[in-house]
Amino acid sequence: MPEVWIDMLAVLDGTARLAAPLILCAMAGLVSERSGIVDIGLEGKLLAGAFAAAAAATLTGSPWAGLAASLAASVMLALVHGFACITHRGEQIVSGVAVNILALGMTVVVANALFRHGGHTPALGAHERFSAISLPLAETLREVPALGSLYAELVSGHNLLVYAAFLSVPLVWWLLWRTRFGLRLRAAGEMPEAVDSAGVPVSALRYRGVLIAGLLCGLAGAYLSIAHGAGFVREMSAGKGFLALAALIFGRWKPLPVLFACLLFGLLDTVAPRLQGVDLPLVGPVPVALVSVLPYAMTVVLLAGFFGRAVPPRALGRPFVKEH
Amino acid sequence: MTALPRWLDIGVLPVVNLALAFLAAAVVVALVGEDPLEVFGVLLQGAFAPGALGYTLYYATNFVFTGLAAALAFQARLFNIGAEGQAMLGGLGIAFVCLSFEAVLPGPLVVILAIAAAALFGAAWAVVPGWLQAYRGSHIVITTIMFNFLASGLMVWLLSGPIMRPGQGSPQTRLFGEAVQLPALHDLARGLGFEAARSPLNLSFLFALLACAAVWVLIWRTKFGYALRAIGHSEEAARYAGIPVRRAVVVAMALSGALAGCMALNEILGVQHKLVLNFSAGYGFTGIAVALMGRNHPAGILAASLLFGALFQGGAELNFEFETITHELALVIQGLVILFSGALAYMFTPWLARLLLSRSAARA
Repeated sequence: MPEVWIDMLAVLDGTARLAAPLILCAMAGLVSERSGIVDIGLEGKLLAGAFAAAAAATLTGSPWAGLAASLAASVMLALVHGFACITHRGEQIVSGVAVNILALGMTVVVANALFRHGGHTPALGAHERFSAISLPLAETLREVPALGSLYAELVSGHNLLVYAAFLSVPLVWWLLWRTRFGLRLRAAGEMPEAVDSAGVPVSALRYRGVLIAGLLCGLAGAYLSIAHGAGFVREMSAGKGFLALAALIFGRWKPLPVLFACLLFGLLDTVAPRLQGVDLPLVGPVPVALVSVLPYAMTVVLLAGFFGRAVPPRALGRPFVKEH
Repeated sequence: MTALPRWLDIGVLPVVNLALAFLAAAVVVALVGEDPLEVFGVLLQGAFAPGALGYTLYYATNFVFTGLAAALAFQARLFNIGAEGQAMLGGLGIAFVCLSFEAVLPGPLVVILAIAAAALFGAAWAVVPGWLQAYRGSHIVITTIMFNFLASGLMVWLLSGPIMRPGQGSPQTRLFGEAVQLPALHDLARGLGFEAARSPLNLSFLFALLACAAVWVLIWRTKFGYALRAIGHSEEAARYAGIPVRRAVVVAMALSGALAGCMALNEILGVQHKLVLNFSAGYGFTGIAVALMGRNHPAGILAASLLFGALFQGGAELNFEFETITHELALVIQGLVILFSGALAYMFTPWLARLLLSRSAARA
């Protein structure tokens, strides 16, 4: 097998791993924002989920209990956000900031109280995590030229939550664009008055939107601490929630473009460390720190509307006041 | 929504919301298995014990700057959540001036230039999102978030290469000379014949007080401030009244960024005397809590900054006194304050109105 091919597979494999939590968080943001609720609290939900998963997996020894705890923690924060933004029509940005800071503080405080380990959880053993799944026939097909290694190296051998991430894209698409619920949810984010006059309660739709966002962020959190990683480390979300937000905007609130944005950002993240010490002609050594902020720069340029245009759902961020 | 009389809105509601935040924090402490009263006692003692007050005021200085930054933008209903990045740039401005000119210009002049550079660099980092919002319609919340990450990438790159202290591996610049440092207040006090405990509190605290006064004058005593408040009430109406909304948005963001940049005066010019990575340490976000709690008014911001200063200083004490509660409790309280005084600010409006107003109505 040519060396380049192996390198390329390794890069793509790394891209899939780094993009997985981005995809889950970006889909979470997509559902919430399509229903009209801005979600800058993706980061906080992700972090809370990651901690809850690691803590529950440590205490029970089961990754499934970890996953359940992660979903519960993330959904709880999502409901706080919903309570503030939907029930009390509070500022959605402010509520999102509160969720992020609350998660940052709570995870460390509870981690210290439970494990007295400087805000970390103890390292998890192999049976306490979601481990790599070998897809059927991966080994048999490995010897088939090109496609065999592609299947064995890239498609097979990920943990359950990576597959869940990639599966979430068509699922979200189907839910939002092929069901009656999805049509109404999107309408709540575009023209809530119309939804309301059709006799469908806007607040119930939006609550479901933030709830689904909570579940998806919970999956992403579990991925970080009990699938990709082996335990919780303080601030382990490290801006991934915000990167997902950038991907959501970069993909213009549409599932497939958002997926591509996540993959692109994941690819940049995979490639950046490999560029350490590489000299480019004319430029000199590659400034790796600057490569890693490219996604943010590209999102700003897109938002500025110099190429293309990112138009958010029309009623995004606007509390719905029912007229009597 | 029920409108409350002014005294209730400004006097009672913030206290109720703050009490609620602390109540929720007490529940967290109790669930963790400690006695909330004991924990809050240690917090208070840690914040106001003799010798600790200087630290409390030093933290408060950071929060005054970032709180004013958030509040000034809030007046025009702009969410500047980029104070973090703007503060980093402010630090970069200071380092740039100090490292380039300390050898050639007299100390006091360099300090003045450094202060100007902190404000200017911070303003520059905020003007771009402001301009993009005003003229290109991109949402300021998103762009300021992105600019935080861009600033942090820029700092990592600069501090691990071009401006890194020669011959050393850690991401920081070399120390500035003694002539270009802001004097510590305990040194100034000694010069005047008082004895004060050593603390990182420095001259920037006085600058912070001046900034409070300046922001008050700007918002309530100038035409520009009137324009900002008009935009905050209704952008549409402001435009019809002939206010140049776009320009005002850009200028408001510039001033907001300048205030955030000045946070670096305290941290870099006053305490660290060198540019280090992550010196903004989330204080930019705390500024949002401070502005919300202070109802976007300089006097309120000063009070809220003192409270958060006490929380941060007292929080450090928790690490020594308890096995299970650490200073991150301050972050939990901060999040709860943002939740209750910000996002849920009016949860109790109808309830308060019924409770207090019906009584006074009955009396009348």
